[in-house]
Amino acid sequence: MIKAIVFLPLLGAMFAGILAFVRVGKDKHYKHRIDTYAQWITSCFLLVCMAMSWMTFADVGLGGNAYTVTVLSWIQSGDINLNWALKVDTLTAVMLVVVCTVSAMVHVYAIGYMHHDPDVPRFMSYLSLFTFCMLMLVTADNLVQMYFGWEGVGLASYLLIGFWYSKPSANAAAIKAFVVNRVGDFGFALGIFATFIMFGSVNLDVIFGNAASLANANILVFSGEFHAITVICLLLFVGAMGKSAQLGLHTWLPDAMEGPTPVSALIHAATMVTAGVFMVARMSPLFEYSDLALQVVTVVGASTAIFAATVGCTQFDIKRVIAYSTCSQLGYMFFAIGVSAYQAAIFHLMTHAFFKALLFLGAGSVIHAMSDEQDMRKMGGTWKLIPATYALMWVGSLALAGVFPFAGYFSKDIILEAAWAAHTSVGNYAFWLGITAAFLTAFYSWRLIIMTFHGTPRADEKTMAHVHESPKVMILPLLLLAAGACFAGWGAYDWFVGHDAEHFWGNAILVLPTHSALEDAHHVPAWVKYLPLVVGGAGIALAYVMYMFVPSLPGKVVQAIKPIHTFVFNKWYFDELYDAVFVKPCFGIGNGFWKVGDQQIIDGLGPDGIAHATQETAEKTGALQTGYLFHYAFAMLIGVVLMVTWYMIVHVG
Amino acid sequence: MAMAEVPNLIPAMPEIFLALAAMTLLMLGVFQKAETADGVLRASRLTSNLGVLSLVLALALVFTVSGGTLVSFGGLFISDPFASYVKVLILVASGFTLVLAQGWLERQGAHRFEYAVLVLLATVGMMMMVSAFNLMSLYIGLELQSLSLYVLAAFLRDDVRSTESALKYFVLGALASGLMLYGMSLVYGFSGTTDFAVIRTAIAGEASIGLLVGLVFVTAGLAFKVSAVPFHMWTPDVYEGAPTPVTAFFAVAPKIAALALFMRVMMGPFGDLAAQWQQVIMTMAVLSMAVGSFGAIAQSNIKRMMAYSSIGHVGYSLIGLAVADVSGITGVLVYLTIYVFMNVGAFACIMAMRRGGRAVEHIFELGGVAKTHPGMAAALAVMMFSMAGIPPLAGFFGKLYIFLAAIEAGYYIIAVIGVLASVVSAYYYLRIIKVMYFDEPGVDPLDSPLPVTITVVLAVTSAVIVLFFAFPSPVIRAAEAAAQSLF
Repeated sequence: MIKAIVFLPLLGAMFAGILAFVRVGKDKHYKHRIDTYAQWITSCFLLVCMAMSWMTFADVGLGGNAYTVTVLSWIQSGDINLNWALKVDTLTAVMLVVVCTVSAMVHVYAIGYMHHDPDVPRFMSYLSLFTFCMLMLVTADNLVQMYFGWEGVGLASYLLIGFWYSKPSANAAAIKAFVVNRVGDFGFALGIFATFIMFGSVNLDVIFGNAASLANANILVFSGEFHAITVICLLLFVGAMGKSAQLGLHTWLPDAMEGPTPVSALIHAATMVTAGVFMVARMSPLFEYSDLALQVVTVVGASTAIFAATVGCTQFDIKRVIAYSTCSQLGYMFFAIGVSAYQAAIFHLMTHAFFKALLFLGAGSVIHAMSDEQDMRKMGGTWKLIPATYALMWVGSLALAGVFPFAGYFSKDIILEAAWAAHTSVGNYAFWLGITAAFLTAFYSWRLIIMTFHGTPRADEKTMAHVHESPKVMILPLLLLAAGACFAGWGAYDWFVGHDAEHFWGNAILVLPTHSALEDAHHVPAWVKYLPLVVGGAGIALAYVMYMFVPSLPGKVVQAIKPIHTFVFNKWYFDELYDAVFVKPCFGIGNGFWKVGDQQIIDGLGPDGIAHATQETAEKTGALQTGYLFHYAFAMLIGVVLMVTWYMIVHVG
Repeated sequence: MAMAEVPNLIPAMPEIFLALAAMTLLMLGVFQKAETADGVLRASRLTSNLGVLSLVLALALVFTVSGGTLVSFGGLFISDPFASYVKVLILVASGFTLVLAQGWLERQGAHRFEYAVLVLLATVGMMMMVSAFNLMSLYIGLELQSLSLYVLAAFLRDDVRSTESALKYFVLGALASGLMLYGMSLVYGFSGTTDFAVIRTAIAGEASIGLLVGLVFVTAGLAFKVSAVPFHMWTPDVYEGAPTPVTAFFAVAPKIAALALFMRVMMGPFGDLAAQWQQVIMTMAVLSMAVGSFGAIAQSNIKRMMAYSSIGHVGYSLIGLAVADVSGITGVLVYLTIYVFMNVGAFACIMAMRRGGRAVEHIFELGGVAKTHPGMAAALAVMMFSMAGIPPLAGFFGKLYIFLAAIEAGYYIIAVIGVLASVVSAYYYLRIIKVMYFDEPGVDPLDSPLPVTITVVLAVTSAVIVLFFAFPSPVIRAAEAAAQSLF
């Protein structure tokens, strides 16, 4: 069954990929038929996968039957011995449910959302390919296979961000995503190499089995001795930072919103960007032995959470707001990991996948209704026209803001409690930043809702007249996701972080007894428990005040804190900083190599120079031929004289 | 006192036959009634056709006497596989160019029966050179060839360029002959003999300074005949000025004969001095390749370009000679064999370049020929690719064997220089192809259809060049046997 889950999407991708090559010409009905085939084949496969992933979850997660299936032998070279193997434990099972469910919903949603697009089969093929790679990643039984999936999702992400390849901004965003991820992937690759050096294997079970014995080993890096596991963990975390858009390597995620909205929902909210979280959680048996690495993870995660939340409050593009929100929520997951609350991180990953996909698809529905308008300043007053979307956005936002009893409440609370319960300086840092971010999260969520749905319509009349509720094929997936956003929190609380957690997780995650933050999280003072809820409510209230009741207030506030607002609005100038520090010098070096190195030195001395020299030599050789007989005779005699002289010197004298 | 013995004539049968044939044709031509234009035409056609026939018969005779090594005429004359191999090449080259010449001369209105006679006499001279085994017979053959060639160069006697080129050729040729005679006298003086075999034994061991100077002068004379740098200066002027069929003839038969003679002299009497002359020959080879490659680039006249091309080809051949072992000489012979066909083919195309009944010689006149004369363009392209040494055409193998010989003997530097020179030379060969295929045709196209003789010659030479790679072994085996006989 696990093989079917992993490979059905690949099969679907192949089918749709072949259909993408069918020339439909101008025959609309024929195109429609081809599109329909591609849509339904891939969607049905995914729905089957979804059902099977739930069964796997019940079997592995609830039943406790972790297992590994070997598919093929992959690499056998010297000390490296790798298999294509599917490792299924609770962690994988959770990811299977998340990936397959969201992917299936997005597939179905895309049937409606993309039906005008000229390249439907290609789109469906990419989506299924992405799903396959993601499943490959989460079922990997060794690091190399995980890297395969890791790069595969990167590729699919690149293809999908640049899906509308005639848009220059989409191409630029695709390249940016790819290049920034390269930085992270490089770290990941180095981490794998370092792992192989230390453990002599990249097989997860072998690594985990030997982690404890190598807890104090050192590794030689640049002729300095460092704690081996810390080095490995930090390198792996660099990879995770790239994929999960953590502070520093986050710049690609907002730009990735150039892709079609279903892509944003699937890849850039629910699944791929959580791969970093998954990977670090998967490597918990290593991270547990490196306090430094965990502290770094905590600080980076907490900083990302607050950074992205502030930026989210100032953006006007509906998708960018949600993108920064994603970035921020990923920060939560990481600082949960940093305080060894892996279970809480995965719990939040799961609930977040539901409500963030819901929000994105809802936003897609709004954009669809508003004739592809994404700027919230040009929306408003639409809630009566698209009530289903409006309601679903409310559900998603409530879950995001962590309002009881929606999913986000449970997962975010346990993270914040664990951070507080860690009783470390970084834990406190994460806790207070997390609380602030929770406030901002609630604020920008309602800012989004109010600006989009309430107030006076700011779009032109033609657009407003055209506003319509999305078709059923788009609303139905949203309903299922909304159900997840409502019930996944309290339904799964006990399994993930509550009383059944020990039985539920089995051996999937290792937490050293000294790292008891998650356990202690259940015994925190009441104010810690209620503070997130309070700040969430405050954030919502503030949004109402500012955008509903006193609409002139935002402008005044912006004026009052002009420098800070400008700084935040420009995303803390990360893009400008990178542009100045990396991109411009790169262009400079590239231009230097090109113009000076290639054109002037290599071409100048090489092809052009030689050609020029040849031309000149040719003219000179031709000029020797004067046509005068005595010159010719003279040349002959000179030749004889030289020859005689040469013999004299060399052979006689 | 014994009666003078009649020497063994059998080894010299081809030469004797060809000399008699030349004289007969001369008589035939003289006694034809040539008062009318018609009579002149008839006479020239008769001698030309009979001349070609004589060359074919001489070829047959060469095959009958070939095989072993025979020395005759008191050691003046040798017939060995080397001589036979080269004679075959000479006769083929003379035959092809004579066939091509008649049509061109008729179209030019310059058809006279003396042409065939002169070609036959020159050919006899070349065969004598190849078979010479004594400095005296060497000189007789060389002069018979040279005098005939001087006259041929001036064949268009009303044409200023033709006569000028003949005069230059004659004066410089006389200078070269003088240098060589002086060298021969030194050799004779210091070794006491003119016989190749005796010279070799006489100078075995220590070579005196006088002998070396003599060797230098002989080398200079021979280098003039093969037009190796710095004795090449006459070549571009003579090639450009001489009538095109004569240029075609110059470019093949005398070159082969002179190179064969060069090899015979250097490997025979002076073979033991190889260590002394190798570097001189190599220097000449390098200079020839350089001048041949660079000189041709700046040329706009295709005949002049071919002159530089031939200088370059001589440079490559001299590498083989400089290596001075069996594989080197084999390489030269294979190279020359291919060279005959490439050059005959190329000159057949040049002879076909006529516009409005007038012969044209500029490279740009070939513009767009691929559209108007696709067959000719294809044939010339084959020749040019082959000369540039592009596989799988024959020219590639010619260069391959030469460079291989140099590398096996350890002369890496000269092999590298040779390869680089052939890269440079590719420029002007490919330029011809570029002009033919990518430039626009001129106002009016070149004359068509091509004469039958040219078409046939082009077909034969192209087939040889294209198919050589499939059947190289007979040529290479024969060349190897020929080269062996020099050692």
